[in-house]
Amino acid sequence: MRIRYFAWLRHRVGTADEEIELPAEVTTVGALGDWLAARSPGFKEAWQTPGVVRVAVNQTHVTDTAAAVKTGDEVAFFPPVTGG
Amino acid sequence: MIRVQCAPFDAGAETAALTAGRDDLGAVVSFQGVVRRGDGPDAVDAMTLEHYPGMTERELERIEAEAQRRWPLQATLVIHRYGRMEPGEPIVLVVCCSRHRRAAFDACAFLMDWLKTRAPFWKLEETAAGARWVEATAGDEAAAARWSEP
Repeated sequence: MRIRYFAWLRHRVGTADEEIELPAEVTTVGALGDWLAARSPGFKEAWQTPGVVRVAVNQTHVTDTAAAVKTGDEVAFFPPVTGG
Repeated sequence: MIRVQCAPFDAGAETAALTAGRDDLGAVVSFQGVVRRGDGPDAVDAMTLEHYPGMTERELERIEAEAQRRWPLQATLVIHRYGRMEPGEPIVLVVCCSRHRRAAFDACAFLMDWLKTRAPFWKLEETAAGARWVEATAGDEAAAARWSEP
């Protein structure tokens, strides 16, 4: 699974993207965030602050942490967008 | 039509190209976003827009399709830049063409409001005090929320 980080979250984590081997028990966006948080203190701090981290699965916004993730997906974590 | 590009654009030339040869348009409404310098210690020397290549294009296409579903639009154009730009430079252009003004005005406002809360862009400002990421505002969320359908 490819994980991508953007904007200040990319700085906090220290990488723009990484390939991970998805553990079998990780099947939702929420579980994936928790699993990544256990590996990265920078990500953990942001992930545990409500409303700070947004998620896209396969380049589509998801707002439900119960949304499914599976091997082969591209999952992106980023702060609220500020374009325009 | 949507376009994501690093290079500056000419809003007048883009609008002329979009409307060239058409006699069915009664209203052409455009919005151009520009890098604002601001005042005092918060004054911006330059701004860098990061984006999510691939998702950016898909999201802009989804937003444009939603505008076309909601209003009778003859033509639409969204251009959004990424990369580094200085005060006075254009960032974003939205053009909506319709037979009558109301649809064009409303669709243009809708596209900007949704774009600001959904298109995956992030602004990094350079100021005298250093670089800082722009924070999303509750005002932007409220502006997008006013278009929610019952």
